[in-house]
Amino acid sequence: MSEQITPTIPAPLAPKEIYGVVGEFDTPEGLLHAAKAMYAEGYTNIDAMSPFAIHGLEDAIGMKRSPLGYIVFAIGLFGMLNALLLQWWTGAVSYPLVIGGKPLFAFEFSIPVTFELTVLFSSFAAVLGMFALNGLPRFHHPAMHYKNFTGVTDDRFLLVIERTDPLFDAEVARQHLIDQGAVDTELVEA
Amino acid sequence: MADVAYQQDLDALNPPLVLGDQSYGKITRDVSEIIERKTPTEWYIAISISSFFAIILLGMLGYLAFTGIGVWGNNSPVFWAWDITNFVFWIGIGHAGTLISAILFLFRQKWRTSINRAAEAMTLFAVACAGIFPLFHTGRPWRAYWLFPIPNLDLNMWQNFRSPLLWDVFAVSTYGTVSAMFWYVGLVPDLATIRDRAVRDGKPIRALIFGVLALGWRGSVRHWQHYEKAYLILAGLSTPLVLSVHTIVSFDFAVSVIPGWHTTIFPPYFVAGAVFSGFAMVMTLMVVSRWALKLKHLVTMKHLENMCKVMLATGSIVGYAYCVEFFTAFFSGNPYERFVFLNRATGPYSWAVITMFTCNVISPQLFWFKKVRTSIPAMFILSIVINIGMWFERFVIIVTSLHRDYLPSSWGYFRPTFVDIFTFIGSVGLFFTLFLLFIRFLPMIAMAEVKGMMAQESMEKQALEQKGAH
Repeated sequence: MSEQITPTIPAPLAPKEIYGVVGEFDTPEGLLHAAKAMYAEGYTNIDAMSPFAIHGLEDAIGMKRSPLGYIVFAIGLFGMLNALLLQWWTGAVSYPLVIGGKPLFAFEFSIPVTFELTVLFSSFAAVLGMFALNGLPRFHHPAMHYKNFTGVTDDRFLLVIERTDPLFDAEVARQHLIDQGAVDTELVEA
Repeated sequence: MADVAYQQDLDALNPPLVLGDQSYGKITRDVSEIIERKTPTEWYIAISISSFFAIILLGMLGYLAFTGIGVWGNNSPVFWAWDITNFVFWIGIGHAGTLISAILFLFRQKWRTSINRAAEAMTLFAVACAGIFPLFHTGRPWRAYWLFPIPNLDLNMWQNFRSPLLWDVFAVSTYGTVSAMFWYVGLVPDLATIRDRAVRDGKPIRALIFGVLALGWRGSVRHWQHYEKAYLILAGLSTPLVLSVHTIVSFDFAVSVIPGWHTTIFPPYFVAGAVFSGFAMVMTLMVVSRWALKLKHLVTMKHLENMCKVMLATGSIVGYAYCVEFFTAFFSGNPYERFVFLNRATGPYSWAVITMFTCNVISPQLFWFKKVRTSIPAMFILSIVINIGMWFERFVIIVTSLHRDYLPSSWGYFRPTFVDIFTFIGSVGLFFTLFLLFIRFLPMIAMAEVKGMMAQESMEKQALEQKGAH
């Protein structure tokens, strides 16, 4: 690995123009192992990029659980109440019309539409909420400056120590990544 | 040495889901290159045939819109005929896609990963074809917004939420919307793959289009965490949704008081039939596309055999439901109910019942034989036979229950007109046109999921080996 340490840090780079140090790995196992090790070193602002979800990675770098479930539950409940209100108000208040002697409003016949609207609202909450939590759409990101970024949706696995990390020191972080088996490292500009 | 033999035995019992010596990069290449290489001539031939029929559909619908639904054969006493048959047929086909993408996901069935993308796309196209029929059956498709509670100045009243037909509007439109979102969420990482390959290969237009569609996906663990959660929630929502959709479709019949329709067995029976026909359609499509697109190492015999087993199970449920229906009619002691079922089996439509029974009850039983389950020609032919049978099932349920009303003066015999026939054939054309466009322009195998499944299997294997070593 030693030949790769040489070029990348242009000396006069001010910290704000840095995104972080990226280490590239060949396998998901390697990435997972390195992520655990870096977290053990005390780094907290770690990001990892991979072509697919690697189970256990989010725990390895100490991420909190996704709050998406709560968001979906709240919006789903809102959808359910909306559906009941819609059926009650249109049928029993705004335009009462007796059809086949059936009651103007009843929970029994409201079940199908209530169920469908609950699912519809919840699904929108899940999809839009997921993109919102991810900050997407965002068409550019500093990570894309990494020279081999296009491999990350193919078969490359990246570990990033971000500039915002309290322990951030480009040289040290880079050496740590190399020690953990990174096949390539780079100091990436923001 | 004993371990090696043991491993081989295991592989024979439970063959790997991705064949050959595969790497992540090879999966990316094999799937992406399908849409990156020059369009093959065969694709042009296929799409000219299918779009020819899709244009016929357009012509038929235009003719109907300008003339009125009298151009269909629907007439007293059979006011629901091919239109509703086709609607139920198509919506049923869609159910397999959701079953594969949602229910098999919740059950941790890894074999779903190679076929779920194509099956979900099939769902969307089937729902699109299904939607056409009730829309045009209204006679005034330009008034379609009357089906939804949208305040407007020309209806001056609200929809009747006590009617199963309105439930159906909500069920089918929710189903279409949620399926589209589920499909798109699954696509995003793969769209990013195509984007990055386009950037690397210097294709600016492709990079732009896929870049916009991929929404800037960069595969960060912070994204994957929310993504996986969203995917799980969507699967959890889609599972009861798909069961509810065909249940509500069956309510269109079961909530009425017409003998032959008014039965409580309809919801489970319709759902089983939907999955049955849907898997048959997935089979038809996958057998052809794995051969044409050289994906035999990703869509393996194990996938096909599993689908055959699902068809065997659901086909048997359908056969059982047919028998229970007949028994219940006899056991009810209701002379009208008995008449409808006797008339179904022995009346003027007995030919349709025999077709239905042969295709749906007898033919899937052949899947008990491993030889049939692993023979590509056999499963291809059977999948088409099953879809013919399932179309006839809906025709039998709808038309035979209506064609002899209580009074013999209201007896009739439904005959389709050429508009009926060509509208249906045209909808098949539209379905295949959409599917061909899909396999040409979008990654038809969920690369991220296949790779994730491979990684998981190899990690599990390593853990097992480590355990063995100690």
